[in-house]
Amino acid sequence: MQHALSAKKLNVYYGEKHAVHDVSLDFAEKQVTALIGPSGCGKSTFLRSLNRMNDLIPSCRVTGDIMMKEHNINDRETDVVALRKKIGMVFQRPNPFHKSIYENIAFGPRYHGMKKKADLDNLVEQSLRKAALWDETKDRLHKSAFALSGGQQQRLCIARSVALRPDIILMDEPSSALDPISTSRIEELITELKEEFCIVIVTHNMHQAARISDKTAFFLSGRVVEYDETDKLFLDPSQKETSDYISGRFG
Amino acid sequence: MERSVNMERSYNKRQEAKPHIAEEWVGKIYTLICIAFLVITIFSMVYFVASKGLSTFIVNGVNAFDLLTGLKWNPDIDVPSFGALPFIFGSFSTSILAAIIAAPLGFCAAVFIVELAPKFGRTFLQPVIELLAGIPSVVYGFVGLSVIVPLFRDLFPGQGIGIAAGALVLSVMILPTITTIATDALSELPAGLKEGSYALGATRWQTIYRVVLPTTMPQQMTGIVLGIARAFGEALAVQMVIGNAPHIPHSLFESTSTLTSAITLSMGNTAMGSVQNNVLWSLALILMLMTFVFVFVIRFLEGRKKL
Repeated sequence: MQHALSAKKLNVYYGEKHAVHDVSLDFAEKQVTALIGPSGCGKSTFLRSLNRMNDLIPSCRVTGDIMMKEHNINDRETDVVALRKKIGMVFQRPNPFHKSIYENIAFGPRYHGMKKKADLDNLVEQSLRKAALWDETKDRLHKSAFALSGGQQQRLCIARSVALRPDIILMDEPSSALDPISTSRIEELITELKEEFCIVIVTHNMHQAARISDKTAFFLSGRVVEYDETDKLFLDPSQKETSDYISGRFG
Repeated sequence: MERSVNMERSYNKRQEAKPHIAEEWVGKIYTLICIAFLVITIFSMVYFVASKGLSTFIVNGVNAFDLLTGLKWNPDIDVPSFGALPFIFGSFSTSILAAIIAAPLGFCAAVFIVELAPKFGRTFLQPVIELLAGIPSVVYGFVGLSVIVPLFRDLFPGQGIGIAAGALVLSVMILPTITTIATDALSELPAGLKEGSYALGATRWQTIYRVVLPTTMPQQMTGIVLGIARAFGEALAVQMVIGNAPHIPHSLFESTSTLTSAITLSMGNTAMGSVQNNVLWSLALILMLMTFVFVFVIRFLEGRKKL
Protein backbone atom coordinates (compact mmCIF):
# COMPACT_ATOMS: atom_id res chain seq x y z
CA MET A 1 0.00 0.00 0.00
CA GLN A 2 1.10 3.52 -0.80
CA HIS A 3 2.11 5.62 2.17
CA ALA A 4 0.84 9.17 2.19
CA LEU A 5 3.31 10.21 4.81
CA SER A 6 6.03 8.55 6.80
CA ALA A 7 8.01 9.81 9.74
CA LYS A 8 11.48 8.37 10.22
CA LYS A 9 13.32 8.64 13.54
CA LEU A 10 11.58 11.84 14.47
CA ASN A 11 12.79 13.63 17.61
CA VAL A 12 11.27 16.80 19.04
CA TYR A 13 12.87 18.95 21.74
CA TYR A 14 11.40 21.88 23.63
CA GLY A 15 14.53 23.59 24.84
CA GLU A 16 16.10 20.91 27.03
CA LYS A 17 13.01 18.74 27.16
CA HIS A 18 13.08 15.76 24.82
CA ALA A 19 9.37 15.46 24.01
CA VAL A 20 9.35 12.90 21.19
CA HIS A 21 11.90 10.05 20.95
CA ASP A 22 12.82 8.35 17.68
CA VAL A 23 9.29 7.98 16.39
CA SER A 24 8.90 6.20 13.06
CA LEU A 25 5.37 5.87 11.73
CA ASP A 26 3.84 5.34 8.28
CA PHE A 27 0.44 6.72 7.42
CA ALA A 28 -1.49 5.01 4.64
CA GLU A 29 -3.60 6.78 2.05
CA LYS A 30 -7.36 6.80 2.58
CA GLN A 31 -7.07 5.53 6.11
CA VAL A 32 -7.65 6.97 9.54
CA THR A 33 -4.72 6.63 11.91
CA ALA A 34 -5.34 7.38 15.56
CA LEU A 35 -2.64 8.48 18.00
CA ILE A 36 -3.60 7.65 21.58
CA GLY A 37 -1.85 7.89 24.92
CA PRO A 38 -2.00 9.72 28.25
CA SER A 39 -1.65 13.52 28.50
CA GLY A 40 1.85 14.79 27.86
CA CYS A 41 2.96 11.65 26.00
CA GLY A 42 4.02 13.68 22.96
CA LYS A 43 1.24 12.67 20.56
CA SER A 44 0.09 16.25 19.88
CA THR A 45 3.66 17.45 19.60
CA PHE A 46 4.36 14.72 17.07
CA LEU A 47 1.23 15.63 15.09
CA ARG A 48 2.17 19.30 15.01
CA SER A 49 5.58 18.41 13.59
CA LEU A 50 3.93 16.82 10.57
CA ASN A 51 2.89 20.17 9.09
CA ARG A 52 5.68 22.12 10.73
CA MET A 53 3.36 23.94 13.15
CA ASN A 54 6.11 23.60 15.73
CA ASP A 55 8.09 26.16 13.74
CA LEU A 56 5.95 28.75 15.50
CA ILE A 57 7.45 27.83 18.88
CA PRO A 58 10.91 29.40 19.07
CA SER A 59 12.42 26.92 21.55
CA CYS A 60 11.25 23.88 19.58
CA ARG A 61 13.65 21.75 17.53
CA VAL A 62 12.67 18.82 15.31
CA THR A 63 15.17 16.29 13.92
CA GLY A 64 14.60 13.30 11.67
CA ASP A 65 12.80 12.90 8.36
CA ILE A 66 9.16 13.24 7.42
CA MET A 67 8.71 11.90 3.91
CA MET A 68 5.76 12.85 1.74
CA LYS A 69 6.32 10.92 -1.49
CA GLU A 70 9.96 11.73 -2.35
CA HIS A 71 9.96 14.95 -0.46
CA ASN A 72 11.35 15.55 3.02
CA ILE A 73 9.00 17.88 4.88
CA ASN A 74 11.37 18.42 7.75
CA ASP A 75 13.92 20.07 5.49
CA ARG A 76 14.95 23.69 5.84
CA GLU A 77 14.28 24.25 2.15
CA THR A 78 10.68 23.08 2.29
CA ASP A 79 8.14 25.76 1.40
CA VAL A 80 6.03 25.68 4.55
CA VAL A 81 3.18 27.60 2.91
CA ALA A 82 2.87 25.05 0.09
CA LEU A 83 3.25 22.22 2.57
CA ARG A 84 0.37 23.39 4.73
CA LYS A 85 -1.81 23.49 1.65
CA LYS A 86 -1.09 19.78 1.20
CA ILE A 87 -1.46 18.92 4.88
CA GLY A 88 -4.47 20.53 6.54
CA MET A 89 -5.03 20.77 10.26
CA VAL A 90 -8.04 20.89 12.58
CA PHE A 91 -7.53 22.00 16.16
CA GLN A 92 -8.89 21.07 19.54
CA ARG A 93 -11.05 24.15 19.88
CA PRO A 94 -13.03 25.32 16.89
CA ASN A 95 -11.19 28.43 15.67
CA PRO A 96 -13.22 30.05 12.91
CA PHE A 97 -12.18 33.55 11.82
CA HIS A 98 -14.34 36.53 12.73
CA LYS A 99 -15.79 36.53 9.26
CA SER A 100 -18.78 35.09 7.46
CA ILE A 101 -19.14 31.36 6.88
CA TYR A 102 -18.36 31.91 3.21
CA GLU A 103 -15.25 33.98 3.91
CA ASN A 104 -13.95 31.43 6.38
CA ILE A 105 -13.78 28.87 3.61
CA ALA A 106 -12.71 31.22 0.83
CA PHE A 107 -9.84 32.51 2.99
CA GLY A 108 -7.35 29.73 2.21
CA PRO A 109 -8.07 29.26 -1.51
CA ARG A 110 -7.84 33.03 -2.08
CA TYR A 111 -4.32 32.96 -0.75
CA HIS A 112 -3.37 30.17 -3.01
CA GLY A 113 -4.50 32.12 -6.05
CA MET A 114 -8.19 31.39 -6.57
CA LYS A 115 -9.80 34.71 -7.39
CA LYS A 116 -12.86 34.08 -9.59
CA LYS A 117 -16.12 34.37 -7.72
CA ALA A 118 -17.77 31.49 -9.58
CA ASP A 119 -14.89 29.16 -8.70
CA LEU A 120 -14.97 30.24 -5.09
CA ASP A 121 -18.77 29.85 -4.85
CA ASN A 122 -18.42 26.38 -6.24
CA LEU A 123 -15.62 25.43 -3.90
CA VAL A 124 -17.41 26.79 -0.84
CA GLU A 125 -20.47 24.69 -1.64
CA GLN A 126 -18.37 21.60 -2.34
CA SER A 127 -16.38 21.98 0.86
CA LEU A 128 -19.46 22.55 2.99
CA ARG A 129 -21.12 19.51 1.44
CA LYS A 130 -18.07 17.41 2.23
CA ALA A 131 -18.17 18.62 5.81
CA ALA A 132 -21.90 17.80 5.99
CA LEU A 133 -22.65 21.41 6.77
CA TRP A 134 -24.21 22.63 3.53
CA ASP A 135 -27.85 22.01 4.41
CA GLU A 136 -27.53 23.84 7.70
CA THR A 137 -25.71 26.86 6.31
CA LYS A 138 -26.72 27.37 2.68
CA ASP A 139 -29.23 30.09 3.63
CA ARG A 140 -26.81 32.03 5.78
CA LEU A 141 -23.46 31.78 4.06
CA HIS A 142 -22.81 35.46 4.60
CA LYS A 143 -23.68 35.48 8.29
CA SER A 144 -20.97 35.41 10.96
CA ALA A 145 -19.39 32.03 11.64
CA PHE A 146 -19.85 32.76 15.34
CA ALA A 147 -23.60 32.30 15.00
CA LEU A 148 -22.94 28.57 14.53
CA SER A 149 -22.89 26.06 17.38
CA GLY A 150 -19.58 24.63 18.61
CA GLY A 151 -20.02 21.44 16.62
CA GLN A 152 -20.96 23.35 13.48
CA GLN A 153 -17.96 25.63 13.96
CA GLN A 154 -15.70 22.59 14.13
CA ARG A 155 -17.22 21.19 10.94
CA LEU A 156 -16.68 24.60 9.37
CA CYS A 157 -13.01 24.35 10.34
CA ILE A 158 -12.89 20.93 8.71
CA ALA A 159 -14.56 22.37 5.59
CA ARG A 160 -11.98 25.13 5.64
CA SER A 161 -9.14 22.59 5.48
CA VAL A 162 -10.94 20.47 2.88
CA ALA A 163 -11.32 23.53 0.65
CA LEU A 164 -7.57 23.50 0.00
CA ARG A 165 -7.86 19.95 -1.39
CA PRO A 166 -5.12 18.60 0.86
CA ASP A 167 -3.77 15.04 0.73
CA ILE A 168 -3.65 14.68 4.47
CA ILE A 169 -5.73 16.16 7.29
CA LEU A 170 -4.28 16.30 10.79
CA MET A 171 -6.77 16.50 13.64
CA ASP A 172 -5.72 17.40 17.16
CA GLU A 173 -8.47 16.12 19.47
CA PRO A 174 -11.12 17.63 17.20
CA SER A 175 -14.09 16.68 19.35
CA SER A 176 -12.74 17.07 22.86
CA ALA A 177 -14.44 20.45 23.30
CA LEU A 178 -17.79 19.24 21.93
CA ASP A 179 -20.91 17.59 23.28
CA PRO A 180 -21.62 13.88 22.55
CA ILE A 181 -24.03 14.54 19.66
CA SER A 182 -21.64 16.91 17.90
CA THR A 183 -18.87 14.41 18.58
CA SER A 184 -20.71 11.61 16.82
CA ARG A 185 -21.38 13.89 13.85
CA ILE A 186 -17.68 14.67 13.63
CA GLU A 187 -16.90 10.96 13.80
CA GLU A 188 -19.33 10.19 10.98
CA LEU A 189 -17.73 12.95 9.01
CA ILE A 190 -14.24 11.56 9.55
CA THR A 191 -15.40 8.18 8.29
CA GLU A 192 -16.74 9.84 5.14
CA LEU A 193 -13.66 11.96 4.62
CA LYS A 194 -11.31 9.00 4.66
CA GLU A 195 -12.70 7.98 1.24
CA GLU A 196 -10.63 10.85 -0.05
CA PHE A 197 -7.98 11.85 2.48
CA CYS A 198 -5.38 10.36 4.74
CA ILE A 199 -6.43 11.35 8.26
CA VAL A 200 -4.21 11.40 11.33
CA ILE A 201 -6.15 12.05 14.50
CA VAL A 202 -4.94 12.59 18.05
CA THR A 203 -7.55 11.59 20.58
CA HIS A 204 -7.88 11.24 24.32
CA ASN A 205 -10.87 9.06 23.82
CA MET A 206 -9.93 5.41 23.28
CA HIS A 207 -13.46 4.51 22.26
CA GLN A 208 -13.29 7.13 19.57
CA ALA A 209 -10.04 5.66 18.30
CA ALA A 210 -11.60 2.21 18.28
CA ARG A 211 -14.70 3.43 16.45
CA ILE A 212 -13.18 5.43 13.65
CA SER A 213 -9.57 4.45 13.02
CA ASP A 214 -8.00 1.79 10.84
CA LYS A 215 -4.65 1.87 12.58
CA THR A 216 -3.69 3.06 16.02
CA ALA A 217 -0.39 4.12 17.54
CA PHE A 218 0.00 4.10 21.31
CA PHE A 219 2.32 6.79 22.65
CA LEU A 220 3.90 6.75 26.08
CA SER A 221 6.50 9.21 27.40
CA GLY A 222 7.42 10.40 23.95
CA ARG A 223 7.85 6.96 22.37
CA VAL A 224 5.61 4.78 20.27
CA VAL A 225 4.99 1.63 22.30
CA GLU A 226 2.83 -0.11 19.77
CA TYR A 227 1.54 0.59 16.27
CA ASP A 228 -0.88 -1.80 14.65
CA GLU A 229 -4.27 -2.38 13.08
CA THR A 230 -6.82 -0.84 15.45
CA ASP A 231 -8.70 -4.10 16.02
CA LYS A 232 -5.51 -5.95 16.79
CA LEU A 233 -4.21 -3.25 19.14
CA PHE A 234 -7.39 -3.04 21.16
CA LEU A 235 -8.26 -6.75 21.26
CA ASP A 236 -4.88 -8.35 21.36
CA PRO A 237 -2.15 -5.88 22.24
CA SER A 238 1.37 -7.25 22.12
CA GLN A 239 2.84 -4.92 24.78
CA LYS A 240 2.00 -4.95 28.44
CA GLU A 241 1.84 -1.12 28.67
CA THR A 242 -0.69 -1.02 25.86
CA SER A 243 -2.98 -3.54 27.50
CA ASP A 244 -2.65 -1.70 30.83
CA TYR A 245 -3.58 1.57 29.19
CA ILE A 246 -6.52 0.35 27.17
CA SER A 247 -7.93 -1.58 30.09
CA GLY A 248 -7.82 1.63 32.12
CA ARG A 249 -5.13 0.70 34.58
CA PHE A 250 -3.46 4.12 34.12
CA GLY A 251 -3.76 7.33 32.09
CA MET B 1 -22.33 29.53 87.44
CA GLU B 2 -23.53 27.86 84.29
CA ARG B 3 -25.80 30.76 83.57
CA SER B 4 -23.01 33.25 83.79
CA VAL B 5 -20.95 31.21 81.30
CA ASN B 6 -23.88 31.22 78.93
CA MET B 7 -24.30 34.91 79.31
CA GLU B 8 -20.66 35.47 78.67
CA ARG B 9 -20.86 33.37 75.53
CA SER B 10 -23.79 35.26 74.12
CA TYR B 11 -22.12 38.52 75.01
CA ASN B 12 -19.03 37.43 73.09
CA LYS B 13 -21.18 36.51 70.14
CA ARG B 14 -22.71 39.94 70.06
CA GLN B 15 -19.29 41.52 70.31
CA GLU B 16 -18.08 39.45 67.40
CA ALA B 17 -21.05 40.19 65.20
CA LYS B 18 -21.14 43.90 65.72
CA PRO B 19 -17.79 45.03 64.27
CA HIS B 20 -18.55 43.16 61.06
CA ILE B 21 -21.84 44.92 60.56
CA ALA B 22 -20.27 48.24 61.38
CA GLU B 23 -17.44 47.55 58.94
CA GLU B 24 -19.92 46.75 56.19
CA TRP B 25 -21.75 49.99 56.81
CA VAL B 26 -18.66 52.14 57.00
CA GLY B 27 -17.45 50.68 53.71
CA LYS B 28 -20.80 51.15 52.04
CA ILE B 29 -21.20 54.72 53.20
CA TYR B 30 -17.64 55.61 52.34
CA THR B 31 -17.92 54.37 48.76
CA LEU B 32 -21.32 56.04 48.48
CA ILE B 33 -19.86 59.39 49.55
CA CYS B 34 -17.03 59.03 47.04
CA ILE B 35 -19.33 58.24 44.14
CA ALA B 36 -21.74 61.00 45.16
CA PHE B 37 -18.87 63.48 45.21
CA LEU B 38 -17.78 62.34 41.76
CA VAL B 39 -21.24 62.50 40.24
CA ILE B 40 -21.97 65.89 41.76
CA THR B 41 -18.67 67.30 40.50
CA ILE B 42 -19.25 66.03 36.99
CA PHE B 43 -22.81 67.27 36.81
CA SER B 44 -21.97 70.68 38.24
CA MET B 45 -19.13 71.02 35.71
CA VAL B 46 -21.49 70.17 32.88
CA TYR B 47 -24.12 72.52 34.28
CA PHE B 48 -21.65 75.36 34.74
CA VAL B 49 -20.13 75.08 31.27
CA ALA B 50 -23.54 74.66 29.68
CA SER B 51 -25.10 77.64 31.47
CA LYS B 52 -22.14 79.88 30.66
CA GLY B 53 -21.86 78.62 27.12
CA LEU B 54 -25.55 78.91 26.38
CA SER B 55 -25.81 82.44 27.80
CA THR B 56 -23.96 83.65 24.70
CA PHE B 57 -27.06 82.76 22.75
CA ILE B 58 -29.69 83.52 25.41
CA VAL B 59 -28.35 86.65 27.11
CA ASN B 60 -26.14 88.15 24.43
CA GLY B 61 -28.36 87.13 21.54
CA VAL B 62 -25.61 85.66 19.39
CA ASN B 63 -27.03 83.30 16.78
CA ALA B 64 -25.86 79.74 17.49
CA PHE B 65 -25.88 78.90 13.80
CA ASP B 66 -23.68 81.91 13.05
CA LEU B 67 -21.25 80.82 15.73
CA LEU B 68 -20.94 77.32 14.35
CA THR B 69 -20.66 78.28 10.70
CA GLY B 70 -19.26 81.82 10.76
CA LEU B 71 -15.81 82.32 9.26
CA LYS B 72 -14.96 85.65 10.90
CA TRP B 73 -13.69 85.82 14.48
CA ASN B 74 -13.45 89.40 15.55
CA PRO B 75 -14.68 89.82 19.11
CA ASP B 76 -13.16 93.18 20.07
CA ILE B 77 -14.58 95.67 17.56
CA ASP B 78 -17.79 97.69 17.90
CA VAL B 79 -19.89 95.21 15.95
CA PRO B 80 -18.14 91.98 16.93
CA SER B 81 -18.44 88.81 14.90
CA PHE B 82 -18.13 85.41 16.46
CA GLY B 83 -17.52 82.83 13.78
CA ALA B 84 -15.96 79.74 15.35
CA LEU B 85 -15.80 77.53 12.27
CA PRO B 86 -12.05 78.11 11.79
CA PHE B 87 -11.44 76.82 15.33
CA ILE B 88 -13.71 73.83 14.86
CA PHE B 89 -12.02 73.08 11.57
CA GLY B 90 -8.58 73.46 13.18
CA SER B 91 -9.43 71.13 16.05
CA PHE B 92 -10.84 68.42 13.81
CA SER B 93 -8.16 68.63 11.15
CA THR B 94 -5.23 68.51 13.59
CA SER B 95 -6.61 65.68 15.70
CA ILE B 96 -7.79 63.53 12.80
CA LEU B 97 -4.55 64.07 10.92
CA ALA B 98 -2.65 63.17 14.09
CA ALA B 99 -4.65 59.93 14.33
CA ILE B 100 -3.96 59.14 10.67
CA ILE B 101 -0.24 59.49 11.36
CA ALA B 102 -0.26 57.68 14.70
CA ALA B 103 -2.67 54.78 13.99
CA PRO B 104 -0.50 52.78 11.58
CA LEU B 105 2.60 53.50 13.67
CA GLY B 106 0.85 52.36 16.83
CA PHE B 107 -0.51 49.20 15.23
CA CYS B 108 2.82 48.23 13.72
CA ALA B 109 4.61 48.93 17.00
CA ALA B 110 2.11 46.66 18.74
CA VAL B 111 2.67 43.94 16.14
CA PHE B 112 6.39 44.18 16.75
CA ILE B 113 5.96 44.04 20.52
CA VAL B 114 3.53 41.13 20.55
CA GLU B 115 4.43 39.07 17.49
CA LEU B 116 8.04 39.66 16.56
CA ALA B 117 9.98 40.37 19.73
CA PRO B 118 7.78 39.56 22.71
CA LYS B 119 10.60 39.50 25.27
CA PHE B 120 12.40 42.64 24.18
CA GLY B 121 9.09 44.33 23.39
CA ARG B 122 7.46 43.66 26.73
CA THR B 123 10.44 44.46 28.91
CA PHE B 124 11.90 47.40 27.02
CA LEU B 125 9.81 48.83 24.20
CA GLN B 126 6.47 48.95 25.96
CA PRO B 127 7.76 50.87 29.00
CA VAL B 128 9.54 53.29 26.67
CA ILE B 129 6.36 53.96 24.72
CA GLU B 130 4.39 54.37 27.92
CA LEU B 131 7.02 56.86 29.05
CA LEU B 132 5.99 59.07 26.13
CA ALA B 133 2.62 59.46 27.82
CA GLY B 134 4.23 60.96 30.89
CA ILE B 135 6.09 63.77 29.16
CA PRO B 136 4.35 67.10 29.91
CA SER B 137 2.63 68.70 26.94
CA VAL B 138 4.64 71.92 27.26
CA VAL B 139 7.74 69.87 26.51
CA TYR B 140 6.15 68.43 23.39
CA GLY B 141 5.16 71.94 22.32
CA PHE B 142 8.64 73.26 22.98
CA VAL B 143 10.28 70.48 21.00
CA GLY B 144 7.75 70.99 18.22
CA LEU B 145 8.48 74.70 18.14
CA SER B 146 12.24 74.30 18.09
CA VAL B 147 12.54 71.24 15.83
CA ILE B 148 9.47 70.62 13.69
CA VAL B 149 8.55 74.22 12.92
CA PRO B 150 12.04 75.21 11.64
CA LEU B 151 12.21 71.97 9.67
CA PHE B 152 8.86 72.59 7.98
CA ARG B 153 9.87 76.19 7.38
CA ASP B 154 12.88 75.00 5.40
CA LEU B 155 11.07 72.22 3.56
CA PHE B 156 7.76 73.79 2.66
CA PRO B 157 6.49 77.24 1.71
CA GLY B 158 5.23 79.20 4.71
CA GLN B 159 6.48 79.72 8.21
CA GLY B 160 6.39 76.12 9.35
CA ILE B 161 3.60 76.66 11.83
CA GLY B 162 0.13 75.31 11.15
CA ILE B 163 -1.93 72.16 10.96
CA ALA B 164 0.96 69.93 9.84
CA ALA B 165 3.19 70.89 12.77
CA GLY B 166 0.29 70.64 15.23
CA ALA B 167 -0.78 67.24 13.91
CA LEU B 168 2.76 65.89 14.03
CA VAL B 169 3.26 66.96 17.65
CA LEU B 170 -0.14 65.55 18.58
CA SER B 171 0.55 62.27 16.80
CA VAL B 172 3.56 61.65 19.02
CA MET B 173 1.49 62.55 22.07
CA ILE B 174 -1.30 60.10 21.26
CA LEU B 175 1.01 57.31 20.11
CA PRO B 176 1.23 55.71 23.59
CA THR B 177 -2.55 55.49 23.90
CA ILE B 178 -2.98 53.84 20.51
CA THR B 179 0.00 51.51 20.94
CA THR B 180 -1.00 50.38 24.42
CA ILE B 181 -4.55 49.55 23.39
CA ALA B 182 -3.36 47.83 20.22
CA THR B 183 -0.85 45.77 22.23
CA ASP B 184 -3.55 44.66 24.65
CA ALA B 185 -5.87 43.77 21.79
CA LEU B 186 -3.21 41.66 20.07
CA SER B 187 -2.18 39.80 23.18
CA GLU B 188 -5.80 39.01 24.09
CA LEU B 189 -6.36 37.31 20.76
CA PRO B 190 -7.30 33.63 21.22
CA ALA B 191 -4.22 31.52 20.52
CA GLY B 192 -5.99 29.18 18.12
CA LEU B 193 -6.96 31.93 15.72
CA LYS B 194 -3.50 32.61 14.35
CA GLU B 195 -2.67 28.90 14.25
CA GLY B 196 -5.80 28.35 12.20
CA SER B 197 -4.58 30.83 9.66
CA TYR B 198 -1.03 29.43 9.55
CA ALA B 199 -2.45 25.93 9.15
CA LEU B 200 -4.18 27.07 5.96
CA GLY B 201 -0.84 28.08 4.53
CA ALA B 202 -1.10 31.80 5.20
CA THR B 203 2.18 33.60 5.83
CA ARG B 204 2.82 35.66 8.92
CA TRP B 205 2.00 38.93 7.15
CA GLN B 206 -1.12 37.55 5.55
CA THR B 207 -2.19 36.38 8.98
CA ILE B 208 -1.55 39.76 10.55
CA TYR B 209 -3.17 41.66 7.74
CA ARG B 210 -6.17 39.41 7.04
CA VAL B 211 -6.90 37.80 10.41
CA VAL B 212 -5.33 39.73 13.27
CA LEU B 213 -6.16 43.24 12.06
CA PRO B 214 -9.82 42.61 11.14
CA THR B 215 -10.45 40.62 14.31
CA THR B 216 -9.06 43.32 16.57
CA MET B 217 -10.54 46.18 14.53
CA PRO B 218 -13.10 47.29 17.15
CA GLN B 219 -10.35 47.59 19.78
CA GLN B 220 -8.01 49.32 17.33
CA MET B 221 -10.78 51.81 16.60
CA THR B 222 -11.30 52.35 20.33
CA GLY B 223 -7.62 53.22 20.65
CA ILE B 224 -7.79 55.59 17.70
CA VAL B 225 -10.90 57.37 18.97
CA LEU B 226 -9.34 57.70 22.44
CA GLY B 227 -6.29 59.19 20.72
CA ILE B 228 -8.43 61.62 18.75
CA ALA B 229 -10.27 62.59 21.94
CA ARG B 230 -6.98 63.32 23.65
CA ALA B 231 -5.67 65.29 20.68
CA PHE B 232 -8.93 67.22 20.49
CA GLY B 233 -8.61 68.39 24.08
CA GLU B 234 -4.90 69.14 24.02
CA ALA B 235 -4.27 72.88 24.25
CA LEU B 236 -0.77 73.91 25.14
CA ALA B 237 1.39 71.92 22.76
CA VAL B 238 -0.85 72.73 19.81
CA GLN B 239 -1.05 76.38 20.67
CA MET B 240 2.73 76.62 20.62
CA VAL B 241 3.10 75.36 17.05
CA ILE B 242 -0.09 76.26 15.24
CA GLY B 243 0.25 80.03 14.92
CA ASN B 244 -3.17 81.01 16.32
CA ALA B 245 -4.55 82.99 13.39
CA PRO B 246 -8.35 82.73 13.47
CA HIS B 247 -9.04 81.69 9.89
CA ILE B 248 -9.30 78.52 7.83
CA PRO B 249 -5.88 78.03 6.23
CA HIS B 250 -5.29 77.25 2.58
CA SER B 251 -2.47 74.84 3.27
CA LEU B 252 -1.17 72.60 6.03
CA PHE B 253 1.65 75.03 6.65
CA GLU B 254 -0.34 78.16 7.31
CA SER B 255 -1.13 79.66 10.70
CA THR B 256 -4.52 78.65 12.15
CA SER B 257 -6.24 77.98 15.48
CA THR B 258 -8.08 75.29 17.38
CA LEU B 259 -10.92 75.51 19.91
CA THR B 260 -8.54 74.90 22.78
CA SER B 261 -5.89 77.34 21.65
CA ALA B 262 -8.54 80.02 21.12
CA ILE B 263 -9.76 79.57 24.69
CA THR B 264 -6.35 79.56 26.36
CA LEU B 265 -5.18 82.52 24.33
CA SER B 266 -8.15 84.80 25.02
CA MET B 267 -9.43 83.81 28.44
CA GLY B 268 -7.13 86.15 30.34
CA ASN B 269 -8.13 89.17 28.30
CA THR B 270 -11.89 89.08 28.75
CA ALA B 271 -14.11 90.24 31.58
CA MET B 272 -16.34 87.73 33.31
CA GLY B 273 -19.90 88.04 32.04
CA SER B 274 -19.05 89.95 28.88
CA VAL B 275 -20.04 88.54 25.52
CA GLN B 276 -16.36 88.06 24.71
CA ASN B 277 -16.02 85.86 27.78
CA ASN B 278 -19.28 84.00 27.29
CA VAL B 279 -18.43 83.09 23.74
CA LEU B 280 -15.28 81.35 25.00
CA TRP B 281 -17.54 79.28 27.22
CA SER B 282 -19.51 78.39 24.13
CA LEU B 283 -16.31 77.07 22.58
CA ALA B 284 -15.72 75.08 25.77
CA LEU B 285 -19.25 73.72 25.47
CA ILE B 286 -18.55 72.57 21.92
CA LEU B 287 -15.37 70.87 23.13
CA MET B 288 -17.24 69.17 25.93
CA LEU B 289 -20.05 67.96 23.69
CA MET B 290 -17.51 66.57 21.22
CA THR B 291 -15.84 64.69 24.06
CA PHE B 292 -19.21 63.17 24.94
CA VAL B 293 -19.59 62.09 21.34
CA PHE B 294 -16.16 60.43 21.48
CA VAL B 295 -17.07 58.64 24.70
CA PHE B 296 -20.28 57.32 23.15
CA VAL B 297 -18.40 56.16 20.06
CA ILE B 298 -15.94 54.29 22.28
CA ARG B 299 -18.81 52.71 24.24
CA PHE B 300 -20.38 51.61 21.00
CA LEU B 301 -17.14 50.08 19.74
CA GLU B 302 -16.52 48.31 23.04
CA GLY B 303 -19.96 46.79 22.77
CA ARG B 304 -19.22 45.51 19.29
CA LYS B 305 -16.05 43.78 20.47
CA LYS B 306 -18.04 41.01 22.17
CA LEU B 307 -19.03 39.49 18.90
